[in-house]
Amino acid sequence: MKQTSRWAQIAHERYKKDRETGKPCYLLGIETSCDETSVAIIRDGKEILSNIISSQVDIHKRFGGVVPEVASRKHVEDITMITQQALEEAKLGLDDLSGVAVTAGPGLVGALLIGVSAAKTIAYAKGLPLFPVHHIAGHIYANRFVKEMEFPLLCLVVSGGHTELVYMKEHGSFEILGQTRDDAAGEAYDKVARSLSLPYPGGPHIDRLAHEGEATISLPRAWLEAGSYDFSFSGLKSAVLNVLHNAKQRGETIKPEDLAASFQEAVIEVLVEKAFRAVDQYGVKQLLLAGGVAANRGLRERLTARSKKEGVDLVIPPLSLCTDNAAMIAAAGYIQYQKGVFADLDLNANPGLPLS
Amino acid sequence: MRVLGIDTSNLVMSIAVVENNRLLGEYTTNLKKNHSIRLMPAISLLLEELGMGPEELQGVAVAGGPGSYTGIRIGLTTAKTMAWSLGIPLAGVSSLEAIAANASFAKAYICPLMDARRGQVYTALFNEENRLQPDRIRLLDEWLGELHPKGERVLFLGDDVRLHQEKIGQVLGDLALFGPAEWNLPRASFIARKGEKLIEEGQDAEIHSFAPQYLQLAEAEAKWLAEQKVLPK
Ligand SMILES: [Zn+2]
Repeated sequence: MKQTSRWAQIAHERYKKDRETGKPCYLLGIETSCDETSVAIIRDGKEILSNIISSQVDIHKRFGGVVPEVASRKHVEDITMITQQALEEAKLGLDDLSGVAVTAGPGLVGALLIGVSAAKTIAYAKGLPLFPVHHIAGHIYANRFVKEMEFPLLCLVVSGGHTELVYMKEHGSFEILGQTRDDAAGEAYDKVARSLSLPYPGGPHIDRLAHEGEATISLPRAWLEAGSYDFSFSGLKSAVLNVLHNAKQRGETIKPEDLAASFQEAVIEVLVEKAFRAVDQYGVKQLLLAGGVAANRGLRERLTARSKKEGVDLVIPPLSLCTDNAAMIAAAGYIQYQKGVFADLDLNANPGLPLS
Repeated sequence: MRVLGIDTSNLVMSIAVVENNRLLGEYTTNLKKNHSIRLMPAISLLLEELGMGPEELQGVAVAGGPGSYTGIRIGLTTAKTMAWSLGIPLAGVSSLEAIAANASFAKAYICPLMDARRGQVYTALFNEENRLQPDRIRLLDEWLGELHPKGERVLFLGDDVRLHQEKIGQVLGDLALFGPAEWNLPRASFIARKGEKLIEEGQDAEIHSFAPQYLQLAEAEAKWLAEQKVLPK
């Protein structure tokens, strides 16, 4: 039933033929790990033909965060429609495709399952090879749409669920140098935003306020043990809540702009400092930024300035490719396409999928 | 017309292919195993046994709920994506009706039942020929209280009936009937056959907007959703 299935044979033959004839590779990417239903088509790993993103943010707003059950329901309702839109925009049919890449994890299991089920079905129905993609690998590969990767490289991944420093010695190879021990940076942003009564999602609001205020409030930075590339943001988040609480007790008012600026400064300082320490130690050719928090203006500005000063080749994806999207998933899937690493029809969603 | 039927709305995973009202093949298990892992390989295996490629299918039918939320979504996503990819029609069939269909010729009321927790059940009511009550979520106590005064025999079907058999017996006494084990499982052969009929009658579903029948009460649902864990983005 495994490699000998009729589907596996057809998919392998098609793959072999496509590779031999040098037909352009049209990969369909599907991403449903959180609250965005996204389907994309990319050519030869680097060119986006379409990248449809249906965000559920307005639906989750009233709950103040992503409700997994609601996200799963919406994915089911949208998945075929979004896929059709992606094909229409790329002016391609399912028969033109070379393969299907899908986020297999990590993420919300119920949400991931919709993308994985849809991807397996399209692959089976059309005799296409199937490529499972790690969500973070996808975020990293969003950079390939901007500039060709040069190895070894270092990637700082910052999102609602992740804060990681990833070392890559070649395509498809990921070594995690450090990661958060508690909250992800984006998570801390959302919690602080909620304590300031800012609307969900709070990250962009903090970023905006921070630019209007000054970092006058002293907040802790968790450097952890010497030489560690790990992160910790829960102490910082608690410190912000304490500042607010104490001010309230004393009947004082805190300028939200200043608190936002102080918080953002504390986050960015640690992220940037650790990233450049790793750049030095590992002698990398490029520094990449990835993940939803890469949209943060403060972080982009600081990284850009520091890179210029130290002569480091910094790559940052455009805002539209920083948040979850399927083009990045297809870009990461293309590496597996080139290596010929296929998944079988028993592919499952794995909410805790490890990167390497 | 060749129609693939799928039901993964509970522990049962059932798939079947029907052609012109004739069953060609069926695969049914009743296991606590992952539908996400097993469904596509099972479809691939069954079609291969039938010497058929997916491109030879002419319709897809799926149990659209009620049942386990995750289970229904896996079956439904697979079915709608299959129908859309192949450009063939899709039909949705009630998961409860599929269970009731096992006893189509019983001379009694037929009451399919699935446990919905907190004293609730997903249920409906049929007789030999017709559907008498729509699919609904009910408090079991209230539902049995309505069935009893009818004074007719009721055949209870479904794998979860065993969880409530004692209570059903207490309320309905001799009026309560229970089916043999194989009648308790929904069969994809019925779903495919009913789907074929629906498609032929032009009652196929709009593929893109097709969504599960979760059957929760509107207010309770909203409250329940609000109480669910909220995740940062
Ligand atoms: Zn992400």
